[in-house]
Amino acid sequence: MSASSCCFGWFMQKWGMSSPKMNPETNPEPPQSAMPTALPSKVVKDDEPALVAAAKAGDVSAFETLVGRYERKIFRLTQNITQNREDAEDAMQEAFLKAYEHLGNFEGNSRFYTWLVRIAVNQALMKLRKRRPNQISLDEQIETGEDSMPREVEDWGPSPEQRYAQTELSGILSEVIGELDPSFRIVFQLRDIEELSTEETAEALGLSVPAVKSRLLRARLKLRQKLNRYFRQGEAS
Amino acid sequence: MKCTKVLSEISDYLDQGFDPALRAEVEQHLQKCKKCRVVVDTTKKTIDIFCNSEPAPLPDSTRHRLYEALQQKIRSCRS
Repeated sequence: MSASSCCFGWFMQKWGMSSPKMNPETNPEPPQSAMPTALPSKVVKDDEPALVAAAKAGDVSAFETLVGRYERKIFRLTQNITQNREDAEDAMQEAFLKAYEHLGNFEGNSRFYTWLVRIAVNQALMKLRKRRPNQISLDEQIETGEDSMPREVEDWGPSPEQRYAQTELSGILSEVIGELDPSFRIVFQLRDIEELSTEETAEALGLSVPAVKSRLLRARLKLRQKLNRYFRQGEAS
Repeated sequence: MKCTKVLSEISDYLDQGFDPALRAEVEQHLQKCKKCRVVVDTTKKTIDIFCNSEPAPLPDSTRHRLYEALQQKIRSCRS
């Protein structure tokens, strides 16, 4: 299968056009025996290493499957970092193109998704810094102390998110994370949404592990406080 | 252990690999401090809500642009 015909097939499929012979999800995948061990994750499926190995061997449909699998998550990531729709689209697109171009350099020491996230973070940060120069510093000192003590400590009850419809909840989450300082927002995004480890987050952002932990603590507490207005008990949806 | 100390340890407490001795101290404090219990519980819910949230589908125009660019890149890499 040529690259262009395969891509076109996938494109047709994505747009609801008929091209059953070219559906990458139904293509046979390489044997599992050569797969490196992947860490358990809610994000990454077990067949990721096999898809990556196939893509590296030149199977374009395998790469397309990976793109299709992660496009939503990478777009949310770039949106949350840039807070700008146009920049987010560009950063996402550039991330996938770079991933394809440099796939040969991916050695499998980390999960492919982690590697992809790092590329996307770099692209998104470049957009953010271009739009807001001198405002984005990830390595400034963060104070933690008495001022961190939450003032509002009302309980939320069980499953507070179920008070809202899915689209409404997405809007709330997007709004409150957008209100965070970028240095908190990006760390929270990588640790708690993309499920990178503290060490992976530190490496991706060029921060020390204590700096990541400090920002994560502040981000979690700030988000808790911001969500309080939506989730406290007695709050109607 | 004071409330401020519990607060400073919340992140590590909610993550894996927290020092067992410190965990025991935090839990001892939580048993008698309702305010900290609520903060820990709602912070955990905050993480869970974000972690479990599903990303929205790509807008059609965004997906269209992505696939066209990808198609072009694959062609140029192959030629």
